[in-house]
Amino acid sequence: MAEKTATQRIDFNELKSGGFIKQNQKDLFTVRLKVPGGRITPDKMMKIAEVAKKYSRMGYCHLSFRQSVEIIGVHIDDFDTVVKELAAVGQKIASCGPRVRVPTACGGCEYNPNGIMDTQSKALEVDEKFFGIPCPHKFKMGFSGCPIDCTRTREMDLGFQGVVYPVWGKDLCNGCTLCAKACQEGAIVPDKEGRPIFDESKCVYCGDCIRACPTDAWKDKKKGWLVRTGGKHGRHPREANEVLNFLPDNKVDDFVAATVKWYKENGKPKERIGSCIDRVGLEKFKKEVVGAFLKA
Amino acid sequence: MVNEEKIIPDDKIDLRGVLCPINFVKTKLKLEMMDAGQVLEVILDDGEPLRSVPRSIKEEGHKIIKVENIENAYRLLIRKA
Ligand code: HEM
Ligand code: SF4
Ligand code: SF4
Ligand code: SF4
Repeated sequence: MAEKTATQRIDFNELKSGGFIKQNQKDLFTVRLKVPGGRITPDKMMKIAEVAKKYSRMGYCHLSFRQSVEIIGVHIDDFDTVVKELAAVGQKIASCGPRVRVPTACGGCEYNPNGIMDTQSKALEVDEKFFGIPCPHKFKMGFSGCPIDCTRTREMDLGFQGVVYPVWGKDLCNGCTLCAKACQEGAIVPDKEGRPIFDESKCVYCGDCIRACPTDAWKDKKKGWLVRTGGKHGRHPREANEVLNFLPDNKVDDFVAATVKWYKENGKPKERIGSCIDRVGLEKFKKEVVGAFLKA
Repeated sequence: MVNEEKIIPDDKIDLRGVLCPINFVKTKLKLEMMDAGQVLEVILDDGEPLRSVPRSIKEEGHKIIKVENIENAYRLLIRKA
């Protein structure tokens, strides 16, 4: 009964985008706000605080596990005003349900010494192009700046993690062994003169050797993204498959588009892309999606 | 290490037992009190300090000119930028 009157009172398109989640309490909803990559301006934070103070009938917000801010206990009658007031600073509502969600990202390389790739601008770009596209089930993406992988791309439906390919030049090397010390993977062992012997099979492409080398004998040959697909958490977690390494930065959008398209064609309703891959085979995904990017 | 000529440091700091990132901060403060071109000797523990401090020094633009293994620790010579 409440539902019926509600339909007349609110803009139903807004509800369908999915950022309004029904609570236990009658007529109260959680309003999930979009914070792509977890980066938010003080202006938006202040507006959210103001709106939450006025319209949260339970008196608090919650920081979700995917970096969004949720205003708890918003009455259905207040939806319109909440949306309008937030729009004044450009704050949008997030999503839930079977569609492309807001991407998560780590702080990235602007201020973090480990960062290799710019996760923040990529997350924004991908969010602008793909947010809300309907899919067989939810579709979550994440961006990590380096192999420490704070964003946990192994749990994403589609995850991108920054990598750098190190190359060593003998001319500049003075045999100080700092690179071997810096490498936490045992991919560098010093020879008798202290010069590095590189075992690429152990390398995770973190670039610690490049940062450590005092003479710049190690340089980055290329940077890019390690791509993982099919990860999920929940009742039955599944670790993502590594499907491609060193995807160039300007190919990320194309890769997302190709993956979402494939998922829509191959996934059954309520099936995450990981389960879909388990059913139809990773080889099929590789052939039909990854193949086109291999020569990049 | 292929670096023969003997360099006499202008100042030294022993950071054995000092943890990240205090060891780096102390190195930085010491370097700030020196003149450009002068050489600082730093003694660091193996492990995390040796992994992190040299790279931070490099990020600040200084030059590590020598690295030497002494018992259970490392001796670095840094030329101030
Ligand atoms: C300007 C100074 C520094 C900044 C801004 C900085 C920033 C950061 C950030 C953002 C992370 C990622 C944390 C996360 O999200 O989990 C990190 C990780 C870390 N930093 Fe720093 N850091 C600095 C200096 C140092 C120094 C001097 C050391 C040690 C000597 C250090 C050691 C570490 C370690 C061990 C980690 C964790 C890596 C891991 O999770 O495996 N950092 N740092
Ligand atoms: S993934 Fe790497 S770049 Fe991103 S926050 Fe973690 S350590 Fe920094
Ligand atoms: S990139 Fe990282 S893992 Fe690879 S050799 Fe360098 S320090 Fe080791
Ligand atoms: S850190 Fe650089 S100079 Fe030192 S051994 Fe490695 S490559 Fe050579």
